[in-house]
Amino acid sequence: MTSSSPTLNSYRALPDPDGHFGNFGGRFVAETLMPLILELEQAYKDAKSDPAFKKEMDYYLRHYVGRANPLYFAERLTEELGGAKIYFKREDLNHTGAHKINNCIGQILLAKRMGKTRIIAETGAGQHGVATATVCARFGLPCTVYMGSKDIERQSPNVFRMRLLGAEVKPVVSGSRSLKDAMNEALRDWVTNVEDTFYIIGTAAGPHPYPELVRDFQSVIGNEAKEQILEAEGRLPDQVIAAVGGGSNAIGLFHPFLDDKGVEVVGVEAAGHGVHTGKHAASLSAGKPGVLHGNRTYLLMDDDGQIKEADSISAGLDYPGIGPEHSWLKDIGRARYEPITDTEALDAFKLCSELEGIIPALECSHAIAQIVKEAPKMGKDKIILMCLSGRGDKDIFTVAEALGVKL
Amino acid sequence: MSDAIIGGQDRIAKRFAKLKEEGRAGLVTFITAGDPDPEASFEILKSLPEAGADIIELGMPFTDPMADGPAIQEASNRALAAGMHMRKTLSLVRGFRDLDHETPIILMGYYNPIYIYGVAEFLEDARNAGVDGLIVVDLPPEEDAELCVPTVEKGLSFIRLTTPTSDDKRLPKLVQNTSGFVYYVSVAGVTGAGSASNDQIVEAMGRLRRHTDLPIAVGFGIKTAQQAADVARQADAAVVGSAIVSKIAESLDENGKATDKTASMVTGLVRELANGVRNARK
Repeated sequence: MTSSSPTLNSYRALPDPDGHFGNFGGRFVAETLMPLILELEQAYKDAKSDPAFKKEMDYYLRHYVGRANPLYFAERLTEELGGAKIYFKREDLNHTGAHKINNCIGQILLAKRMGKTRIIAETGAGQHGVATATVCARFGLPCTVYMGSKDIERQSPNVFRMRLLGAEVKPVVSGSRSLKDAMNEALRDWVTNVEDTFYIIGTAAGPHPYPELVRDFQSVIGNEAKEQILEAEGRLPDQVIAAVGGGSNAIGLFHPFLDDKGVEVVGVEAAGHGVHTGKHAASLSAGKPGVLHGNRTYLLMDDDGQIKEADSISAGLDYPGIGPEHSWLKDIGRARYEPITDTEALDAFKLCSELEGIIPALECSHAIAQIVKEAPKMGKDKIILMCLSGRGDKDIFTVAEALGVKL
Repeated sequence: MSDAIIGGQDRIAKRFAKLKEEGRAGLVTFITAGDPDPEASFEILKSLPEAGADIIELGMPFTDPMADGPAIQEASNRALAAGMHMRKTLSLVRGFRDLDHETPIILMGYYNPIYIYGVAEFLEDARNAGVDGLIVVDLPPEEDAELCVPTVEKGLSFIRLTTPTSDDKRLPKLVQNTSGFVYYVSVAGVTGAGSASNDQIVEAMGRLRRHTDLPIAVGFGIKTAQQAADVARQADAAVVGSAIVSKIAESLDENGKATDKTASMVTGLVRELANGVRNARK
């Protein structure tokens, strides 16, 4: 067993050298991959202390991704709900339309440093696949994206985008044919192509060092937002909130605020048809700790330790696990995690579109739905800062179908 | 004390000593527990030693077998669909152990079902059922405190996978807490994919022998008696898995149910493989 965290001076000091966040995280991978993961860990350590790497990262984030993106005061939504002031961190305005590109830039620059010549990735909604295909096009590396065949059906525009960008999209027909199975298949590819291949994991999960490095690359969200809210309001927010699937946009927003005692941290999980129905993706609310995809974390599973299929209208949240740092934040009580159903997310999707002229991704519509519940109960002097992690154009077919509209 | 709870390391050591005496390599056969259903699986399991299996690897079904190719993935799916779970896997071993006190049984699979069962309880139950060792794919030495150390303390073997990526720097760490034998995964990849060349195996054997005195079993991609014989000339044992479970798949009726040919098709292949292995050094 791993040691649980002793008295901490900071919530931002983990993982430990073996990749543990308290009892979570770790390196549960096939031996074939161990040398690769150790090599990646070393390469990331070197890169972190290399000013040239940071400079390169900053260059692409600014000129290619379009950062810094705005922190936007959602005035009409605030008025409508009649409570706390609501700010959106506009990750939807990034190149490729979501936060995923922040991490992809970081990882492809690492891949280049390591001399890797081929990129693989898994994708659920297709946002991470598109972001990976994009950076591969930009840096001239061949790219293979694994995607569950169920997700390919419901996210066809993103499949076409990836192919336009020159990526090979491989349908995954094993298991539940969604994100977890795509991750299995990507791991099978990696274990087969150990010499030349870099695996760009899309969320803050997987074996150490991925949860740490994805979090670090996504922390640009929280770092910018912190500066921006100080500029706009002269103080920190009372709450930061984001949707969690694997949890990369959320940890990117949360991490820079974790040591700010007055800031409440809220993650929003996909409750699908409702946590009580068993058809959901709420691993923190309804799962228990287990080991999958290289880390120990909260998972949806049966009494025999068999992984259950997740269910959510949002393909990006349709995963039976969660990044290990979120599991730790839940257990130590620094963050709380709330479930939101498909129906609540759809209502929030419409509300945001109609009031703010912003069509949000279904993923972050879950966070908006939680705000709809909480903001009215908070005073008008309170501030909520939400990560609007992506644009909803990719979701219009899913939403139309859910609303019974034929396009 | 009944035979069933003879320490697992003994049964494996005895088997390799016997093979050495006979001047031949062993055949390690893999099937997934409960594939295609618990009853048929038991029929197959108990027929393996007579067909020529020297050691049996019994897969613990898992929904997400990340290091396995399609053949073993499907075997896992068939077993789970037929209601297999860990307690039934252990009763399968218990049933086998009532009939056979000598053939070592190694449980092979992924960590989560063991972790959820509870490590201490699992080891106790596995030992009492007559399990001799464990191979857990997703537990590298970096996670030895989880299961490897408690397993060895319990008197069972924790058999480590070594791979083409295990270099001289990595190998000492790999053989450190291991016992029973060392499993060499001869190709980087999933189970059932391509096979290594003879030269590659010779080179790898040389490297492994520098780091361990334990017997070495070589697996991945061995499908025919000829391939098994080639490996048996270099290694202490040859492991065959995907080819055997593919035979199970082939034997099923259109509804995926076992037929009266299922056990015999498997033993037919195992006999061929055993012939290859037994005649390799003649």
